[in-house]
Amino acid sequence: MTKYTDQGKQDTRSGYGAGMTELGRTNPNVVALCADLIGSLKIETFIEENPERFFQVGIAEANMMGMAAGLTIGGKIPFASTFANFATGRVYDQIRQSIAYSGKNVKICASHAGLTLGEDGATHQILEDIGLMKMLPGMTVINPCDFNQTKAATIAIAEHDGPVYLRFGRPKVANFTPVDQKFEIGKALMLNEGTDVTIIATGHLVWESLLAAESLEKQGISAEVINIHTIKPLDDAAILASAKKTGCVVTAEEHNFLGGLGESVSRVLGTHLPTPQEFVATQDTFGESGTPDQLMEKYGLNNKAIEAAVLRVLKRK
Amino acid sequence: MPNTQELQDLVTQVRRDILRMVHKVNSGHPGGSLGCTEFFVALYNEIMDLKEGFDMDGIGEDLFFLSNGHISPVFYSVLARRGYFPIDELNTFRLLDSRLQGHPTTHEGLPGVRVASGSLGQGMSVAIGAALAKKLNGDDHLVYSLHGDGELQEGQNWEAIMYAAGNKVDNLIATVDRNGQQIDGSTEDVLPLGDVAEKFKVFGWDVMEIENGNDLEQVIAGLKEAKTRTGKGKPVCIVMTTEMGNGVDFMMHTHAWHGKAPNDEQLATALAQNPETLGDY
Repeated sequence: MTKYTDQGKQDTRSGYGAGMTELGRTNPNVVALCADLIGSLKIETFIEENPERFFQVGIAEANMMGMAAGLTIGGKIPFASTFANFATGRVYDQIRQSIAYSGKNVKICASHAGLTLGEDGATHQILEDIGLMKMLPGMTVINPCDFNQTKAATIAIAEHDGPVYLRFGRPKVANFTPVDQKFEIGKALMLNEGTDVTIIATGHLVWESLLAAESLEKQGISAEVINIHTIKPLDDAAILASAKKTGCVVTAEEHNFLGGLGESVSRVLGTHLPTPQEFVATQDTFGESGTPDQLMEKYGLNNKAIEAAVLRVLKRK
Repeated sequence: MPNTQELQDLVTQVRRDILRMVHKVNSGHPGGSLGCTEFFVALYNEIMDLKEGFDMDGIGEDLFFLSNGHISPVFYSVLARRGYFPIDELNTFRLLDSRLQGHPTTHEGLPGVRVASGSLGQGMSVAIGAALAKKLNGDDHLVYSLHGDGELQEGQNWEAIMYAAGNKVDNLIATVDRNGQQIDGSTEDVLPLGDVAEKFKVFGWDVMEIENGNDLEQVIAGLKEAKTRTGKGKPVCIVMTTEMGNGVDFMMHTHAWHGKAPNDEQLATALAQNPETLGDY
């Protein structure tokens, strides 16, 4: 199978920070807002280099979303960032009315998404944010898989006119996508071609899917691996082409199986090409405290869980 | 600039528009709209520096944000009569396929509206953002906003009020419509607001009052005074006392007409108290 090398573990939030640094230098309309989490969002360099284009709003996320909407009036491109929980559920109506319904060019940038936030526990581990955001008309939803892709996505969304939800995480994970890979919103990436099963993954679960595919190859199973960094708009054509070839699908995400990538894939398959599908996702539950690895093991979100799901779905072909 | 009589005629005509709009569709919010008519007429025809036409960014002109979006009838009437869109379009208020939604929105591209409002408590944050964009753009025009008093019960306002003072957003004039009424009754019965002016003061705003927000000359003088207070390191708040339902005797001194339309007979009585001045749509 196609070989991918970890260039050295990094956190995806640092990819966001690196993207912001570059945008600060290249796009004078980009402004940043943060709700008392500068260090966690890794935007120190942007702030140091562009102090007049940074707005510290304090622990007041609702006001941050409204201010971001207002800053677009006059041509600014606001990147409003905080933890995913506080960037979505806490401020859903502000996003809905002042940003999405009003069609404002705001980039909602959300770190510490999912279980891999770790020890802080379920109050901070949102597993519902993809669902919340993808249901908003006009909202683009992106969940990149590693440092390089998060940096590229951050830069790319500044060029996209319209509201975007960019989701990333806290822990250091494998950084394996090419440094200069262009990020195309809505375009799935084929990571490994296979013939027996399609693994469609997003975010941190993409690397785990590659590990699973390697293990499956040793068992004589050929797994196609697709990186869906954009959950909305979804690359229907890529999903359908692969499902037609392999005849079964596993979806993998760090999110509730209700409302996540898996359900979006089900809609595409159910409408055009009914195909057996297994979900690697949390099962309508809250998280808890623990290390990221422990949590991903307990809640069935790692390479072993993906491998098991593949073996299950193959029996349903 | 129009003279005071011309503006007073416009006030009366806008009141007729409000009443006829809500009557036609038997829904909408006449009470707060009638109470803020002088404010809107003054703001759009005497106070704000406006460009011809409409573009979303509004660079090089003053901006206005309506936070309490349910008083859309007065907003639409004043925008139409200021030339933002055809006056006849007031006929489409709250109808299917209309740009004049029950609550204002940018979604249908209605000129003059820069953000959706209706879900309360969000407008001040948006106005602050727009005011900051003006500062970044080196644009010395002002941002105005209007808020219901009951709306101040929403917590987001206090995040915004704290931010604007703490960060010296001094190109912003936020007016609170202190009519003392909300859907379920008097604001002081539903959830007491207490001394609104004092609250803004202790948060660090420059606060002034318009004692009678239904006296056109007082409103104009108050808004002119507020303009002179901008650019001095503090956001400016006007606490403007109004009478919900002003201009229609049976709609005043009650919260009953917050969100209720008059029937045929009531409309006739109300219109008789506000004779046609500039021509009905």
